[in-house]
Amino acid sequence: MTNEALQTTIESWFPDPEFSQPQFSEEGSQFLNVSVEADQLHELMQLLKHNPDTHFDYLFCLTGVDYGKELGVVYHLESTIHRHILVVKVQTKDRENPIFDSVQDLWATANFHEREVHDFFGIKFRNHPNMKRLFLSEDWEGFPLRKDYEDEINMVVK
Amino acid sequence: METATLNNTSPKSNFKSEEYFINMGPQHPATHGVLRLLLTIDGEIIKKVEPDLGYIHRSIEKMCEKDSYQQIVHLTDRMDYLSSHINNEAVCLAVENALELEVPERVQVIRTILGELTRLSSHMLWWGVMGMDVGALTTYFYGFRDREMINDIFEETCGARLTMNYNIPGGLMHDIHPNFVKRVKEFIAHFKTKLPEYDRLLTGNVIFQKRTKGVGILSKEDAINFGASGPVARASGYSCDVRKYHPYSALDKVNFKEALDTAGDSFARYTVRIREMWESLSIIEQLIDNIPEGEHKVATNAVIKLPKGDFYQKVETARGELGVYIISTGTKNPHRVKFRSPGLSNLSLLNHIAVGGKIGDLVATMATIDIVVPDIDR
Repeated sequence: MTNEALQTTIESWFPDPEFSQPQFSEEGSQFLNVSVEADQLHELMQLLKHNPDTHFDYLFCLTGVDYGKELGVVYHLESTIHRHILVVKVQTKDRENPIFDSVQDLWATANFHEREVHDFFGIKFRNHPNMKRLFLSEDWEGFPLRKDYEDEINMVVK
Repeated sequence: METATLNNTSPKSNFKSEEYFINMGPQHPATHGVLRLLLTIDGEIIKKVEPDLGYIHRSIEKMCEKDSYQQIVHLTDRMDYLSSHINNEAVCLAVENALELEVPERVQVIRTILGELTRLSSHMLWWGVMGMDVGALTTYFYGFRDREMINDIFEETCGARLTMNYNIPGGLMHDIHPNFVKRVKEFIAHFKTKLPEYDRLLTGNVIFQKRTKGVGILSKEDAINFGASGPVARASGYSCDVRKYHPYSALDKVNFKEALDTAGDSFARYTVRIREMWESLSIIEQLIDNIPEGEHKVATNAVIKLPKGDFYQKVETARGELGVYIISTGTKNPHRVKFRSPGLSNLSLLNHIAVGGKIGDLVATMATIDIVVPDIDR
């Protein structure tokens, strides 16, 4: 499916203009990007995976990002049948208690990757069965990949 | 009965009386590095495998945020050190694509030849260690003997035998050695007589087959669900070779077959890698006589600034799909770099395929997943 067709299909899932719409962008990226509100994330992901036209069954990359003010997660999805690629982005301004829905019920690979994001960005994933740090020890203070993380011994400054 | 060694990191809740818990690693030889597996077992039957990671995490992704794009290349061969050239290539391709830089054809061909040599060298080491893990020590010496020839070629090309650092954004650090073509041809002729020996020594061995056939079965659906890639996924019938679907460098100019199997067991993962070695030899043979003349690099600015945006580059390392995801804000440092390592996804399915098996089979299964721990602990 082409990027235009993908966009049309996804837009048709959000017919009610009163609710927030997913934002599409191809600027500065080789893939089609969709930005979605946190409360719509899981619903959209479920449709993306199970709809036969999109059939995104392969989550090949799950990235946590600190944009400075916002914290976000980027999902790279591929369909093993149609071989098209889509990037889903979600953001939150809440740096104290950032939380998104877990997608590990849809893609088992998200289990470890969400734990990695939790480990380094402090983002929590709702309904994750084992939401603890993946690499660092449990008593580690702070989240190292955040932009405001400081560690003077290792010369990590803001 | 609870053992006395339980501590805070152990899964001590929900223990039944006959189940107990042991550590495999971090110094266990079969874990190929500092990987600790927390095994819950009932007798010899595995009930649960939980990897404990991070013993050698170096936070490469954080270091990248402070480095220039040329410097990032040097960090990547410390991830999956057996695919160092391919890792370097991935970052260089991502930067070149972002800059819309066309590298000379000569560079593309040399990169692909070295990439396939890297794959061969990695698979040889894997084959040697795989045999050793199931008790056939001779394979280890065979594998290392033949790998030595590739390492010598690498050494002559760029001075390093393992962490190559031969790629730079825009091409190659310097041109190939005059002996390169001759020595690669010598190696191909040599290895073509040795690879059938591998089959005679290990593949056909009855004990080896009994240890691997029907063990650690991974279905195609699970391979996709767990994000598996590389030989692990292809042995389960999931066609995912990045070299076929998203060809890079000179890979669109060569003919090769993607090694696929449908059994999904340890033996299928083994044979897929053996067949990949034949395909890699064929790719090198198609290119080695036709290295185009020309420059070995194009000039880039001393300070590389990527345009604002997201850049993603996939490559096929010896272990599977490596993704380099760069978020740039238009400055000389990336805002965020993510390495999608094949190892972490492939490791995450270990629990799924090892449960119900025996501890001895876990060792064989881990060997066929072919884990390199620095690739997981980036």
